[in-house]
Amino acid sequence: MMSAIIDRTMTFGAGRERPAVRETSTAPVARQTAPPARSGAVPADPGVWSRRLRNAATVVLPPVIVTAFFLLIWEMLSSSQGAVLPAPSQVVTDTWELIVNPFYDHGGNDVGMAWQLLASLERVAYGYALAVVAGIGLGVLVGQSTWAMRGLDPLFQVLRTVPPLAWLPISLAAFQASNPSAIFVIFITAIWPIIINTSVGIRNISQDYVNVARVLRLNGYEYFTKIMLPAAAPYVFSGLRIGIGLAWLAIVAAEMLIGGVGIGFFIWDAWNASMLSDIVLALVYVGLVGFFLDRLVAIVGNWVTRGTQAG
Amino acid sequence: MTSYLSIEHVHKTFGEGPTATEVLRDVDLHVERGEFLSIIGHSGCGKSTVLNIVAGLLETSTGAVILDGKEVSKPGPDRSVVFQNHSLLPWLTVRDNVALAVDKTFKGKKSAAERREWVNATLDMVGMGHALDKRPDEISGGMKQRVGIARALAMEPKVLLMDEPFGALDALTRAHLQDEVMRIQSDLGNTVLMVTHDVDEAVLLSDRIVMMTNGPAATIGEILEIDLPKPRERLAMADNAEYNHYRAEVLRFLHERHKNPESEAA
Ligand SMILES: Nc1ncnc2c1ncn2[C@@H]1O[C@H](COP(=O)(O)OP(=O)(O)OP(=O)(O)O)[C@@H](O)[C@H]1O
Ligand SMILES: [Mg+2]
Repeated sequence: MMSAIIDRTMTFGAGRERPAVRETSTAPVARQTAPPARSGAVPADPGVWSRRLRNAATVVLPPVIVTAFFLLIWEMLSSSQGAVLPAPSQVVTDTWELIVNPFYDHGGNDVGMAWQLLASLERVAYGYALAVVAGIGLGVLVGQSTWAMRGLDPLFQVLRTVPPLAWLPISLAAFQASNPSAIFVIFITAIWPIIINTSVGIRNISQDYVNVARVLRLNGYEYFTKIMLPAAAPYVFSGLRIGIGLAWLAIVAAEMLIGGVGIGFFIWDAWNASMLSDIVLALVYVGLVGFFLDRLVAIVGNWVTRGTQAG
Repeated sequence: MTSYLSIEHVHKTFGEGPTATEVLRDVDLHVERGEFLSIIGHSGCGKSTVLNIVAGLLETSTGAVILDGKEVSKPGPDRSVVFQNHSLLPWLTVRDNVALAVDKTFKGKKSAAERREWVNATLDMVGMGHALDKRPDEISGGMKQRVGIARALAMEPKVLLMDEPFGALDALTRAHLQDEVMRIQSDLGNTVLMVTHDVDEAVLLSDRIVMMTNGPAATIGEILEIDLPKPRERLAMADNAEYNHYRAEVLRFLHERHKNPESEAA
């Protein structure tokens, strides 16, 4: 049975701005696009501004306070005798050159952090793009055809549990080159949630829409573009979002093994050179980039699926 | 005998073998062009099944549906449906929902400009001309149902099929839309087949009321001709003796001869 297991386990941290993607009918009708018709006299009201400030404060303050507190504890723990991990202040001092010169290029692996990240992002972009195309295609097939689902689903359910790095030796053997192998690992990691969520989305298309399509005598292409894609879009995007997260998780690990320019190998290299501060800086960047990738897909998803959640 | 729309000895059984349920047995009905027919009966007796068979969304087990001399076996734009829950596509605007139907039906018969004009005209007709660019989640239930009716009418169907079109609406909105449908039907002369639970609605709108017996194996129990002049005024009907007589006939059929403990007329 196709289930959105991955969907459930992976979106828990990100469920803030969008409720469950599963039931279109239960989604709240919160995203009204039409602004209330209010004419003039908005900025003059001091109450509005103080309220806005207070709202901003309640959103911004907690994370700032918690982060500051966390850094403080870290600083204190690391400045005690015999601490292994460098303190935050130490990290900044050690890596200042890397922070202020993200774009230097001394040839070979010795390039700035921005280049390292961009190299990783490039691999992710290729692998993920392939996964999106193939994943949506296979998801549509499995969602549409009971026969295809019976045949492919067991295979998918087994393959999707294979850890990303386990694919690396096979892909190295197949491609005989490190870069395509890394791209393949990204592809094979990101594709499962995309396939599974797309097919669940297609299976969940309301019979009402199918009846509308039948009464209007929509042909296959019209049905695909006018009904199937928009109806399944919320599910597809939840799969895309999980997929990008997994892809970014996998790239760091894969690059540690394949070497070359890339944030993963940068971390491995720093570890071999015992430069813990460099590792800490790289982890911060990895986290931030992962966060922005997730937001990016979420924003595109919200934009594309606006209006499709209520009915 | 050749009628505009003939439902000829239709049987319908769902499932096979031991789990098979016979839902319809020998439903035979003949509808003339321009007639307004209501189908009334207890919940679960098979009203929607009859309508869906005419729409082509369901196949008959035996028997046939013939419209304007041709047998129907699959859905088509000559039999448009107003669904109970409106079934508008939430990702399209009001205009695009209707335009999808119009473009599909009249491609090659009307120019793009004519089709656009026609979309606007039908939406105007149901009083939704002011909300063309709204999405379904931005308008009320009654408005959605209006758009659903506009979408169905815009296809200029030979038969308009409505499955409890006003069932989900509050009484006031429902009355309003009933009046609107009466007006449009008398203007355009559509042939209409409507499923309803509402006795007043059936008597007010119909030329004939088809009363179905209880399932399983439901069939047509009685057909009541409503011989009231049109247009009919809702308020005038309240103390019209004939109207009340027809009303009582339907109630008698539903509550005395074919009792169903689980259901009341809506
Ligand atoms: N696809 C199906 N498979 C099996 N049984 C079905 C199917 N569709 C309908 N039925 C059965 O056929 C019977 C008639 O259903 P139908 O929907 O036509 O009733 P209805 O008169 O429209 O009821 P309501 O007034 O509640 O809408 C019901 O007992 C229902 O359970
Ligand atoms: Mg029904």
